Amino acid sequence: MIWYLEIVPRNALIHASANAHREQEAMELGLPGPWSIHETRGLIIEGQISKSSLEGAAIAALLDPVLETGYIHEIMARHNDSELLVQSSDTPVKTQVVHVLPKPGVTDPTGDTALGILKSLGHDIQKVRTVRTYRIQGPAAFLMDLVRRLLANEAVEMSVIGDLGIDHLQALGHYVFKRLEVPILGMTDVELMETSKKGQLSLSIDEMRIIQGHYAAEGRNPSDCELETIAQTWSEHCSHKTLKGVVQKRGRSYRNLLKETIFAATSKLNADWVVSVFADNAGVVSFDDTYDVCFKVETHNHPSAIDPYGGANTGIGGVIRDPMGTGLGARPIANTDVFCVAPPNFPADCLPPGVLHPRRVLKGVVAGVRDYGNRMGIPTVNGAVAFHPDYLANPLVFCGTIGLIPRGMSEKSVASGDLIVAMGGRTGRDGIHGATFSSIELTSDSEIVSSGAVQIGNAITEKMVLDVLMQARDRGLYRAITDCGAGGFSSAVGEMGAELGAIVDLENAPLKYEGLSYTEIWISEAQERMVLAVPPDKWEALRALSESEGVESTVLGTFVDSGRLVLKYHGEVVGDLDMHFLHDGRPKVTRRAESNPVATVEPNYGISHDHTQELMELLSDENIASKEWIIRQYDHEVLAGTVVKPLVGVGADAPSDAAVLWPSHETYRGLVVSCGLQIHAGAVDSYRMAALAIDEAVRNCVSVGADPSRIALLDNFCWGNPERPDNLDRLVEAAEACHDISLAWKTPFISGKDSLYNEFLHDGQSRSIPPTLLISAMGQMADVRQAVTMDFKEAGNEIWVLGYTQAAMGGSVWASHFLNDPAPIPVVDCDLALKIFHKLHEAIVKGWIRSCHDISEGGLAVALAEMAMGGRMGARCSLRDIPCEDSAAIDTVLLFGESPSRFIVEVASDQIENLGELWAELPVGRLGEVVGAGKPGHDRMLIKGLDQSILIHSLVEEIQTVWKRPLDWFPKC
Amino acid sequence: MVAPKALVLRAPGTNCDQETAQAWKMAGAESEIWHFHRLLESPESLSGFQILTFPGGFSYGDDLGAGRVWSARIHLSLADTLRKFVDHGGLILGICNGFQVLVATGLLPDGARAEMRPTASLTYNVSRQFESRWVQMQAKPGKSVFLNGISSIALPSAHGEGRFMTSSPEALQQLQANGQVVLQYVDPSGQPTEQYPANPNGSPQGVAGVCDPTGRILGLMPHPERFVTPIHHPNWTRFPKNALPSPDGLKLFTNAIASLA
Repeated sequence: MIWYLEIVPRNALIHASANAHREQEAMELGLPGPWSIHETRGLIIEGQISKSSLEGAAIAALLDPVLETGYIHEIMARHNDSELLVQSSDTPVKTQVVHVLPKPGVTDPTGDTALGILKSLGHDIQKVRTVRTYRIQGPAAFLMDLVRRLLANEAVEMSVIGDLGIDHLQALGHYVFKRLEVPILGMTDVELMETSKKGQLSLSIDEMRIIQGHYAAEGRNPSDCELETIAQTWSEHCSHKTLKGVVQKRGRSYRNLLKETIFAATSKLNADWVVSVFADNAGVVSFDDTYDVCFKVETHNHPSAIDPYGGANTGIGGVIRDPMGTGLGARPIANTDVFCVAPPNFPADCLPPGVLHPRRVLKGVVAGVRDYGNRMGIPTVNGAVAFHPDYLANPLVFCGTIGLIPRGMSEKSVASGDLIVAMGGRTGRDGIHGATFSSIELTSDSEIVSSGAVQIGNAITEKMVLDVLMQARDRGLYRAITDCGAGGFSSAVGEMGAELGAIVDLENAPLKYEGLSYTEIWISEAQERMVLAVPPDKWEALRALSESEGVESTVLGTFVDSGRLVLKYHGEVVGDLDMHFLHDGRPKVTRRAESNPVATVEPNYGISHDHTQELMELLSDENIASKEWIIRQYDHEVLAGTVVKPLVGVGADAPSDAAVLWPSHETYRGLVVSCGLQIHAGAVDSYRMAALAIDEAVRNCVSVGADPSRIALLDNFCWGNPERPDNLDRLVEAAEACHDISLAWKTPFISGKDSLYNEFLHDGQSRSIPPTLLISAMGQMADVRQAVTMDFKEAGNEIWVLGYTQAAMGGSVWASHFLNDPAPIPVVDCDLALKIFHKLHEAIVKGWIRSCHDISEGGLAVALAEMAMGGRMGARCSLRDIPCEDSAAIDTVLLFGESPSRFIVEVASDQIENLGELWAELPVGRLGEVVGAGKPGHDRMLIKGLDQSILIHSLVEEIQTVWKRPLDWFPKC
Repeated sequence: MVAPKALVLRAPGTNCDQETAQAWKMAGAESEIWHFHRLLESPESLSGFQILTFPGGFSYGDDLGAGRVWSARIHLSLADTLRKFVDHGGLILGICNGFQVLVATGLLPDGARAEMRPTASLTYNVSRQFESRWVQMQAKPGKSVFLNGISSIALPSAHGEGRFMTSSPEALQQLQANGQVVLQYVDPSGQPTEQYPANPNGSPQGVAGVCDPTGRILGLMPHPERFVTPIHHPNWTRFPKNALPSPDGLKLFTNAIASLA
């Protein structure tokens, strides 16, 4: 029997705000109303249970008996579709009922939880799925749009209009085994490419030919499973063929771009505190006598474009597994997230087909990260959001995780005879072709053809795995571990067994539901799975431990010293691959890079500027405006180790430059987490853009107290199609900048990831994202009690500017508002910057700095405004003594320029002399002093220009209002 | 005095167990973290502890409503054990999700009665979203052994379902009259408030924490275990180095231990 339990509040007022919020959202998405949308949640339950028993169970466990009640209906099969809505009139209609439920096969954590508790209560239930039911009044002509754009996500959900008609849940069919071969031996080039395309393999003709040659030598055709394994392993996503490939550029040719730029810097530095780089799932550096720390940042762009919630949800879920799968397993202690989206005021009626509105994208990705990170109990401590129209169809989602791992546990090995053990979530049809999907351009059809690549996460499953792993690690129950990411088992087992070989019995994998073919089991990217190499004598202990915590662990096969990856299904060999060919057989990709220089124009500043007005405009640019709405949705204090939080100051609403973590209370040693991102400069000069991003990440880190000689960096390149020579040229230039600056500052890159092909094909036109390089920095400080925050502390203290201002305004937020032509991009002076970082750090350690803030988006004026807002204090400043090049001596440049390596510091009067001596050799100037009216709401920020005329004169309270407004998406209540 | 023993329970999805156990240790107790399954296997071993803690997190995903599944499992097999534990003078502290579990079982606000059933609920914030922010509360300790000597306290809160609802406004009045509403969110002037964001979830009368009629069971939404050193304070960098804020969260733990002496 199938029952529908609809859960409704006893008092409608309790949920009224949710309905009102949704009606407002409908209007914001350009759906002409008025709408009345009423939502209830429910469960569809299949099993042998009577109505009265179900009533009892509902009160005991499925609903809130104090505030809610439930209605139970039996669901009958529906045999015709006549009730589907006819879209003909735009006059208001009677109430329409729409049910939204997860598509068959899509992970449904709530349904699974309900199933678990119903079984525990002794009921014979087969399956439970969640459902949301909407009762809607509004213009009928827009009902389908409303469902599509707001209520349901067609990538993972289905909507039923009218009665639910279901005769059984989960009808995915039964799988009948048949070994499939792909007859590539006799194929022509055209046929080879057709095979690659049809199978969504994303293999090039060169690669197909090599595969054909390999199998010709073996004298047979590959099985479908073998070909899929090769495609996954060779995908851009897994093998990084562009960055690790040959690049021919005028004047210089690279045999392996990454090795000769970013890796090269790290190896030349050979820092003794670096433990493991570019080898494992995350880069590892030493922390203190007890622990090492590791950090990884991943992107999940294409899935997030189609399903922002699920994409970001599994993005953070996936990157959390990276530290868990690093060495013998690290405990995740902090998350980061960075989003790049189009401006939220984008007109809804101008959206290309298949593209979600940026508001929906941003709300979805924030919710996705929130729900996973919070449930895992990992604080999300640092991040950024960048807005640019070119992210419209291709938003970027970066998620990072830092892990803590006991010293000596950062290495792993696999021995012949070790059991291959899968732990965690079951395998389903989710995420098939994720690895190859992320290596192609999106089109307006992507939503339809690729939704199999979208996944939904279940954070609690992953938390349970983590709980087991940490105990198993400390008891020495396994020898190696990795996570199942892109490519699923095929990548995890393939990588772990690369030096040996493996035999896998695919039928052993626990499945979410019947009907999966052996190939689907092998390449599924179902979430929350880890693969372990377990010595046979440890298996029983691991099995028992898993069982005691309700975690599923299963032996999939054995690692063997054969050099072959043998896949079996119920005894039949369905794949037998040469490990060497799989990992080293891919032909090197050769790509051409050619610069396509963009001419820059020196701005003409004219004569009259209303600088106060310009400041207000910059403060209300989403790139600068407060991100409090996002930050507050993340738990940033769980684990009780966040001692400088992402929001600081009197009202805890000013933006901290970086977070400071105190991971182990045995000492006061701290970790500092920050990032840098420059989205406006890459199209003009990507070398300088990369330098600016690195500078921002490092100065954010140093600003709160990180030791500049202990900063590790991560790179995440998100680029357009690298097969376009100018795109690739920009990539090469950026990689060169990473090399040069990393070397100069002795800040090694320890991990990185690239996501290429971030383009959207529409009407034959390809639109690329801006060249985007996210730099994440993980610094360390000897004593977290030395940390400095950016909020002004005390009236009467002096305000100084440290660093040198250049005339170049290119890439600044000011330029994006007030200039039409690209302006020159500022350069990073590596030697000077390094001196500044070290001397600033020295001053912080001595306790001479009361507050410190780096100068970034919006320049000095915005930085001052933020410090004033943080301290709820004013400032009286003059631009006269700012150290600058002669051509930069222009009020506008000094106020809003974004020259790198600059800081504003607040100094108490008794430290002025000391600091003056320490910084005697540095470009430093007095800006003014902190002022406090002593009356809340009466403090002003006053800035005088070079000729001592007043440029900016505003109430701090007013500045704050303007700065908070754009992204103040808090529900009004 | 022998250090009392505190048991910190965890279920799938519990995620504040480590820092809660750490807080008990800092306060002077011996603490252990046990999986719920382990207690189910030997319920009698609870008598070896004087304090039981349900920490924060998302037990069983909180998918069916916060704390609902864990409380259903407690009802199924542990209700008698808990009743006995309280009757013999044991203390129970529920923080955030732990508070939600205690309310869903009925242990709060009514205590370990013969027939345990929920009479209140912690439901969705009025804002409909999870939010982290520090909150200022007034304490009226009454019988609560945890809040002895505290009149005002600031702690971090982080939850999506913290609105304390009773079946009727009269029921809340009764709790007030009984002195069981021991923690209330206050506005900057120090008055209990229903206004967001000083009250992060819209709880009527600003209810942030309640105790049972004996005062030995306390549940609260904010996290005392996240304010056990001065540098947990959100504004510690504004204080002189020699006069950092005192870690008020720790007091709940030391109070509990002192009450057992």
